[in-house]
Parts: sequence; structure tokens; C-alpha cells
Amino acid sequence: MSAVSQSNVGASTSISRAPTLIEKHGNIFFRWAAYLFAWLTVLLVLYIVYTITKQALPAMTKYGWGFITSSTWDPNTREYGVLPEIWGTMYSSLLALFIGSMFGLAVAIFLSEHYLAAFVFSLLKTVGLQFHPVCGKLPDKFERLFKNLIELLAAIPSVVYGLWGIFFIIPLIRPFCLAWHAKLGWIPIFGTTLSGPGMLPAAIVLSIMILPTISAISLNALLAVPPKLREAAYGLGATRWESILAVILPTASKGIFGAIILAFGRALGETMALAMLVGNSNVISWSLFSPANTLAALLANNFAEAGQKEVGVLMFAALILLGITVLVNMLGAFVLNRASVSQEGVR
Amino acid sequence: MITRKVLCFGLASLVLGFGLFCSAAAAAEDYVKLIGAGASFPAPLYSKWFKDFHGLHPNVQVDYQSVGSGSGIKNFINKTVDFGASDAGMKPEEIAQVDVGVQLLPMTAGAIVLSYNLQGVPDLKLSREAYAGIFLGKVTKWNDPLITKANPDAKLPDSAINVVVRADSSGTTFVFSQHLAAINPDFAKSPGVNTMPNWAAGTRSKGNEGITASLRTTPGSIGYIEYGYAKGQGLAMAVLENKAGKFVKASTPSFQASLAGVQMPDDLMAWLPDPTGDDSYPIVTYTWLLCYKRYGDVNKLKALKGVIEYGLTEGQKSSEQFGYIPLPAPVVAKVKDALNNIQGN
Repeated sequence: MSAVSQSNVGASTSISRAPTLIEKHGNIFFRWAAYLFAWLTVLLVLYIVYTITKQALPAMTKYGWGFITSSTWDPNTREYGVLPEIWGTMYSSLLALFIGSMFGLAVAIFLSEHYLAAFVFSLLKTVGLQFHPVCGKLPDKFERLFKNLIELLAAIPSVVYGLWGIFFIIPLIRPFCLAWHAKLGWIPIFGTTLSGPGMLPAAIVLSIMILPTISAISLNALLAVPPKLREAAYGLGATRWESILAVILPTASKGIFGAIILAFGRALGETMALAMLVGNSNVISWSLFSPANTLAALLANNFAEAGQKEVGVLMFAALILLGITVLVNMLGAFVLNRASVSQEGVR
Repeated sequence: MITRKVLCFGLASLVLGFGLFCSAAAAAEDYVKLIGAGASFPAPLYSKWFKDFHGLHPNVQVDYQSVGSGSGIKNFINKTVDFGASDAGMKPEEIAQVDVGVQLLPMTAGAIVLSYNLQGVPDLKLSREAYAGIFLGKVTKWNDPLITKANPDAKLPDSAINVVVRADSSGTTFVFSQHLAAINPDFAKSPGVNTMPNWAAGTRSKGNEGITASLRTTPGSIGYIEYGYAKGQGLAMAVLENKAGKFVKASTPSFQASLAGVQMPDDLMAWLPDPTGDDSYPIVTYTWLLCYKRYGDVNKLKALKGVIEYGLTEGQKSSEQFGYIPLPAPVVAKVKDALNNIQGN
């Protein structure tokens, strides 16, 4: 009906008209639905924390702080402690973050500065096809392909990474590890021999798993840097190296930090691949070749057969993992704020 | 014309569809679905039984989830499944939590072998002291006198023994630690019998597949693993000394000799932590199905009994091929008798 009247009155009034009843109620309904689901999400998080804490409470009162500072896990004597797991979780995540950030950031710069496109373009130019209607699009296409391939790394299931680590990475790095241990054994990080699963293979595989997170978000941050900044840097006579390091990276630092924090969160919680690769021994060692354990792997390994009493202890461990993750995220937010304050002048 | 054709076609398909629907409804009348959960150790064999049984009796479908013995017992106590399965039997306090009563039925048996990775040492012999010592972390080199004494001809390297144990809690570990505790008082004190004891030695790998991978890729390693896995993957298996002091190879006859040496008690929970007899292989175990003594649904009861009887008769023929031990005839007879304890309400 309204359509008929509108066409009668003419185009000038059809643009502005009072909202229909359906639109009005639809708006109100949508607003409330948005509120509801937003709050439900918050409630869900609180509810998860509540249930875990409830189940962990008996173990918390029984073991208290000793749970965090002791390093034995013996179901027979009912001695439980997660210090090696906390150590292993932090050590493996930081190692993976170190390796993953280097590669991820390099990939992001490589793509955002269009090195690949420029390379393909120059190749085409040598055969004189750079402005060909089909071939001329190749530089962009290759860049997109490269980006998608990296993002595809995130789609590989964790178990597959674990198996790949066992059958490929460990045999690959063993000769190097044994040689380093023989020659440089006096350095603590090469202090033990690699006997299959251990910290280094776990950290390497973990770094590959978090690489797409780092590269994708950093890439977006780098692409968002205003072109005029880059042009200004070149205009002042800066080399490419100088403009990337002194202008572009600092401007995008907030996004890059965000990427690293997100990746850290993922590394902390990663379970299956680590359970398969880290060696699951309650050892605290600086050595990259020593087996270790992580909180998530401990939970994955023990839950299936855990008795009633052990579930409480495992829930306590889960709560600690949750605490570490929250702490890391808060620290990340703090660093992020500080970093953006110090870079404010650049923008 | 066209509309008439379409109408005819529509009618025909409607009639056909209705007919199909009716026949499906008729078949669904005595359709029974059984849900079981528990031990992963016998899961390949159980899956084959349930699939074959479904082929013979299309109205019975059995879903078995190999979630581990502990979870199986938990689900069984909470009555979220129709039957459970466990490598570790059930503890008296767990049985007490089931008000309708529990009937345990040994369905098959398995053996655990010590697989190793040593180039040029085909039949490594390990004395009881030697392999207990290895898993206690006391025997650390391959040329330890305890090992060389039993293998005078083998060229054993002067390298460290890389012990591989299971990282996840499992029935296999329970049975193996039970055996070690039976033969070695030190082991009984610490780490002791558990589904995941606090091992004094070794790196830990997750699952049978993890152990297999570690053994294959790491020279100088040794680990315990189910016989079926070691056989399927072609891993070298150590020749172990049994209670009678004889060295016995892992093979179906030696496993059966171990089973024959033990009398099945009335609750059908026979433990063989250290079998007697000259030909007995030292590490074997039964594995059990957990059934309630009363079932409310008559159809379910009938189907369950059918499946179990199939497993005890036809099913035993396929157990050797999967690396399990066929049950001795007296045990089969005893389990069949015990089936009478399972009844409707």
C-alpha cells in the first residue's frame, strides 16, 4: 500500500518518510537482541570460570600454593604440582613466539611492500608482457596466492601438525641437535641430548601454527599505514630499509603488537600438537632438547582416565592456565597502550 | 497435457514414497541401537564384531566409543551407555555405585610387548631384572651387564637407553605397571600401579601411535606397546624371561599358555600379573565388557546378549588376526553361563 502512495506522491517525498511499524519494532527488537547476546557472551565466560572454580575448589583448599610451587605429579601418592607445566607452557610459547614473530613479520613486510609483485613484474618485463591484459594481472594474483597459502597454515588440524612433527621435524633436527650438544653442551640451552620428543620440535611446530595469525594481522596493520608517510620518508631521502624500519614499522606497531599478543594466547592454549611433541615429562630445564610438559598437554593426557578426585586437581590446573592467559592478555593490552602513546606523534 | 503428466508423476511418487515410509516404519519396529563406551585397547576387535553382527542382523546397531577405560567406567556408572568396557576391570567401590548390579564379562585378552629400536640385534633377550631396571631408570646403557649376560652373542652399543612410556593415562599402562610391581618390589613402592604412574625414566609419548613413532624414529629406544600394534607396524619385540626363568617369544601360543595357567574366579575378574608355566609369556591381560544385571528394555537385552554370544563364538576366530588372544574354551563356557545373570526387569 505504501508503495502505491509513494509512487503517486513523487520521488521527493519517497526518500524521507516516517518509519513503518515493522521497521520501528524491528529496530527495537534488534537492539534488545544485540544487548542480550552481548551479555550472554559475557555471562558464558563467567559461567565457565564459575564451573571450573567450583570443581577445582576441593583441590585448591587441599594443595593451595604448593600446587604451583611443587614439581611432582604422582597419582599414587596423591602429590600434585604443576611448576614444570607452568614453566613448559611459558618456555614453549615464548620460543614459538620468538621464531614465529620473526618469520611472520618478515612475511608481512615482504607482502605489504609488494616485493613479490615487483619481482613478478620485472620477470614479465624481461619478456615484454608486463601490460598484457592477462599476464599483467599476474603480480597481484601471485601476491594473493602467497597470502592465501600462508593463511591456509591456520586451517591444518592440530593433530596433523603433531604427526608431521613426529615423523618429519624430529628426524630432521636430530643430527643437528646431537652435533650441537656434543660441541656446545656447556651452554645450558644445548645441555641435554634430544631423544625424540622435546622442547625444540614442539616450539618449531608451534611457531608454524601461530605464524598465520602474526602475518595476517601484521600485514593488515602495515597496509593501513598511510601512503603519504612512506612517500614523505622517501622524499626526505630515506632508503627503503630506513623507511621500513624507522617509519612504517613504528606506525604499524600497535597492530603488530596486537598480532603477537593474539598469537601468544593461541600458543599458550595449543594442546594436541604439543601433547604429541613436547615429551610430557615433568622436567624444568633450560635445554631446548630436554622433554618438558605444558598445562594443556597435561589436561589432554589425563582427562580421559581421570578418577573423581583427580578431576578436581586437573580443574585446578585448568584454572591456572586460564589465569596465565588472562594475565598475558592484560599485560598485552598494557604494553599496547604504552606503545601507542609513545608512537602517537608519528601519526 | 503437460500438467496432467506432472500430476500423474506427482501422484505416483507420492504413492511410492508412502509405501517406502510404511516399510521403513515396519523395519523400525524392532530396530535396536546399543551404545557402549570404554577401553581403546580392544576397540579394533570390538568394532569388527559389531560391524559383522550388524551385517547379519541389520536391525541391531552397536555404537562403540573408545574413550578409555576410565571414561567407560564413569559413563557406565552414570548409565549414559548400555554397556561399558574396561582393561582394568572394576573396583569394588565402583561396582557398589551401580544399583542394578554389574556383570563383568571377559571378552578377549591381549598381550603387551617390549619393542625396541636397535640395529643388528634381532632377538634381544631381557631378564626380569633387566627390563624392570630399565623402566625404573636404573639400567641406563645398552651394554649394561644385566643385558649382556642374557645376550652373549649380540653386539650391544655403548649408548644410552631411551625409555619411551605412555604420556596419557591408559589401561595398557595399568596392566604393564601391575606386572612390573608384581616382579619388582622397588617398582611396587614407587612409581607403583596406576594408569599413569610417575615414571622414574623416559620421555612420554601420547597413545600407541605416539609410542610407535618414537620407537621408529629414535635409535636406541625401548617402550611397551600392545602386541597388535607392534605386529602391525613390524617393530622388533624383546624376548622376555617369565616366572619359570625361561625366555619366551611373543606369540599367540605363548600368550595362550599364560591364559591357560590361571583359574577363572566366579566374578570373572582373573588377574595375571605374573603367569606361571614354562611357556607362558609374562605380560598378558583379559579385557572386560561391563554389563548391568538388569535391563528395562527387552529388545536391548536380546540384542546385547546376541552381540556378546556372537563375540564369544564367531568373534574369537578373528581375534588372532587383530593381535588379540582367543579365549580358552573353559573361559568361553564360563562367560556364557554368566550371561544368564543378565536379565530383564
